[in-house]
Amino acid sequence: MNILVDHLLALQVVVPMLIAPVVILLAPRGLAWAASTMVSLLTFAVAIQIVQGVLTGGPMSYLLGSWPAPYGIELMVDAFSALLLLVVTGASAFALISGRESLDSQIDAGRQPLFYAAWLLALAGLSGIVVAADAFNIFVFMEISSLASYVLIAGGPDRRALPSVFKYLIMGTVGATFYLIGIGLIYMMTGTLNLVDMELRIHSVAEQRPILVAAGFITVGLALKAAIFPLHVWLPNAYTYAPHMVTAFLAACATKVSLYILLRFDFFVFQGNLVDHASQFAAYMMPLAILGILVGSAVAMFEKNIKRLLAFSSIAQIGYIMLGASFVTVTGLTAGIVHIFNHALAKGALFLAVAMFAMVAAGLRLDDLKGIARRMPWTFGAFVIAALSLIGIPGTAGFVSKWQLIGAAMELGTAGLPLVAVILISSLMAVVYVWRVVEVACFGEAVDEPGPPVSVPPLLVAVLWLIAAANIYFGLNPDLPLTLSGDAAAELLGHLP
Amino acid sequence: MEILGLYYYWVFAILLMIGLYAVIAKRNLVKKLIGLTLFQSAVFLLYITMGKVDEGTAPIFSVTGSNIFSNPLPQVLILTAIVVGISTTALGLGIVVRLKEEYGTIEEHEIQEIDER
Amino acid sequence: MIVIFGVVLLTLLVITAIAIVRTENLFVAVMLLGIASLFIAGNFFLLDAADVALTEAAIGAGISTVLFLSALALTSERERSKSSNKILSFTVVAVAALVLIYATFDKPRFGDPDAPVQTHVAPWYLEKTPEYIDIPNVVTAVLGSYRGYDTLGEVLVVFTAGIGVLFLLGSGAPLGSLPQEKINEGLRHHLIPRVVGRVLIPFILLFGLYVQFHGEYGPGGGFQAGAIIAAAIILFSLLEGEQRALSVLPARVLLGLVAFGPLLYLAVGIAGIVLGGNFLDYSVLSSDPVKGQQLGILLIEAGVGITVTGVLLSVFHAFAARGR
Repeated sequence: MNILVDHLLALQVVVPMLIAPVVILLAPRGLAWAASTMVSLLTFAVAIQIVQGVLTGGPMSYLLGSWPAPYGIELMVDAFSALLLLVVTGASAFALISGRESLDSQIDAGRQPLFYAAWLLALAGLSGIVVAADAFNIFVFMEISSLASYVLIAGGPDRRALPSVFKYLIMGTVGATFYLIGIGLIYMMTGTLNLVDMELRIHSVAEQRPILVAAGFITVGLALKAAIFPLHVWLPNAYTYAPHMVTAFLAACATKVSLYILLRFDFFVFQGNLVDHASQFAAYMMPLAILGILVGSAVAMFEKNIKRLLAFSSIAQIGYIMLGASFVTVTGLTAGIVHIFNHALAKGALFLAVAMFAMVAAGLRLDDLKGIARRMPWTFGAFVIAALSLIGIPGTAGFVSKWQLIGAAMELGTAGLPLVAVILISSLMAVVYVWRVVEVACFGEAVDEPGPPVSVPPLLVAVLWLIAAANIYFGLNPDLPLTLSGDAAAELLGHLP
Repeated sequence: MEILGLYYYWVFAILLMIGLYAVIAKRNLVKKLIGLTLFQSAVFLLYITMGKVDEGTAPIFSVTGSNIFSNPLPQVLILTAIVVGISTTALGLGIVVRLKEEYGTIEEHEIQEIDER
Repeated sequence: MIVIFGVVLLTLLVITAIAIVRTENLFVAVMLLGIASLFIAGNFFLLDAADVALTEAAIGAGISTVLFLSALALTSERERSKSSNKILSFTVVAVAALVLIYATFDKPRFGDPDAPVQTHVAPWYLEKTPEYIDIPNVVTAVLGSYRGYDTLGEVLVVFTAGIGVLFLLGSGAPLGSLPQEKINEGLRHHLIPRVVGRVLIPFILLFGLYVQFHGEYGPGGGFQAGAIIAAAIILFSLLEGEQRALSVLPARVLLGLVAFGPLLYLAVGIAGIVLGGNFLDYSVLSSDPVKGQQLGILLIEAGVGITVTGVLLSVFHAFAARGR
């Protein structure tokens, strides 16, 4: 057992990587799903171990090949990484456990081994990004997770997924290449790729221009991947037409990992070293974040397809995270980072509920969902709880993030009042779009005769309720996420001069 | 030598521009992928250019031969990047073939029109 | 002299790139892309990047062209629409280029041996490789050992692309562009290609194996070797027809290769943990750390070569079979 504990960081990434090639050879029905689910649960367990390790012992580091950094590649996990690991592995595990029937109905049996292998690689890729401490290593794992996501999104029966995933591929690859240009320019000026080393060496770089340009390229590249307004255009279609469980998995964590890299680079490498970067960051990021929040919520109010409605809501939530980060204060950053966790809980539950609706209703347009609250009362109940968390009702996890965010805005004094207004207005808009769904589902008259009570897979209902309940639990006891986020914020800000 | 260095970096910027233009402006999906390939190749040129050392040779030790070597690290990074690029291209082409089968066309705006009907 | 050659190659490259974007015939564009890759490979060679030049030539000019042409055979050869948003795209792109050129003025001088990249990490690699790994090709040492984790990631990227294409195109649905008989007979009725091909293919395979195992001593390694071996078998498939190529290396075997490559690489990495070191630590693989490093690099390069061959062939067959 001791051997495993020493190598936790490596195992977090290696275990899914190891099983993926095995899975493609598992032809018998259901075996691929079973293997992937077990691996996912295992990675979740490892992530929990790592979180405990970080909370008690501080950041953990690992040298691959036993070569010293910066000559070899180093892995490093601190509070921020640990939180992301929980979100990523948790999203994957819960989506897989509950998703068997949904995925069976949307993916041909013959192609399932390939699909599940891609899922495991997406998991490995996202985990690999989060534990990495080497800029180029992040690029490689970013591409693993991206390519795997393209396969996952294109996996469903809806042919409209294909143009969506092509657009995502083009924009994602441009983003990754911009990131590559950025780290190339930094490498040119410092000679290193290790993040910790980079931070030290940039101090002594006299010529600032290539570094500034590098910062620009890295920010734009990662913004493309993270769907920050106005580079978000690939997200709504990709999430809408993907298989429902894939949407649940990716909506909870995929863009957040790109946000993680962006914040990591910004606070570790750039903020301390570029003159005036803190105010520049605020100047660029805050308006874009606000626009993302308002535009995302506004479009969601008019959307007719429930998945697309939730996708635009996600764009708004990414705006909240960036808004928190753009304050460059402990409270602000804590708010942004804790929202990564809370949003995953809320959106994950919402999309799981949608997957269940899809099994029963004719389609996912709001018209198709008339009366669904009466046909599936338990599912809809969980949906409502998660939606309340999305809006930010006191007692739910979403309220914790919004409260922190408002607190951070108030710290700015009177300048922060417009920001508080934005947060409140967008929450009201969230009430509107949630109410549209509730109204149709509860009070709409079903078009055709409601059939016999539908049997949805009990495991799916159980997991859905577990996550919906988690929304309330973490709304009332937010200690764990808040401590992790607070530590993360302190670490990020600790790198400022 | 100074001019050559600057020229290399300018060609990198120009090639980047040409590739990115094809990706954004062209509506044929295969043309977009070709532009993407050009765009990525420009970045490879940037990395390898920064690794060159005056009077150096490839970083392979030989019994006879000079002791001045060019930098092996950018070469390793670009080897990886080339393979990542071809993988993306292969997947992109797979998607394009499926699109042709489902929609009958590989022009972006025509696909959008079909979907809006 | 070399300076002039470099300038000429770069200028030709830019001209070719402009031609690629302007032409409406996609077949021409793909061919020009292959030529552009060769110009780039030539440049890499001038910049002392021998391994990279070999890889760019094999993959960029070789495999990439094959994949594009296979896709074009299934879709269409001409680009039918005009560009959209020309002015907007041009502005965006010009801004990006100007920003980059703005940054060039503070860059270290080209070829400067005192530039940060040359003084920080690189000298350590050049100095320590004889001591720790003792192979002549430092690029292979960095790729296989010091940064072996990146290479593992790269193998998985190739793997993902392979399973992605198999997932999308795996079950051959009829597209009807080429009749079955034509695909199955290949170029068998053409005497000259067949005869020349039969003579060349064994040599290409041999060269591929040479590149695979010689990667530690000269330019070469798993990726290049995988591309070359795959190219040889693709040539065989084009000449003799799909049926014969699939009877030589059935799809099942290819799937097995695709799975086995990464597993071999990961097994070597885990062996490092089991034997007491960290993941991908090769020094513990043998009683002599240096021999252990060499053994580790040999094994993982084999894993890389197997994966690349398997994936490239699977992808090619997926495209070819779709036409049936």
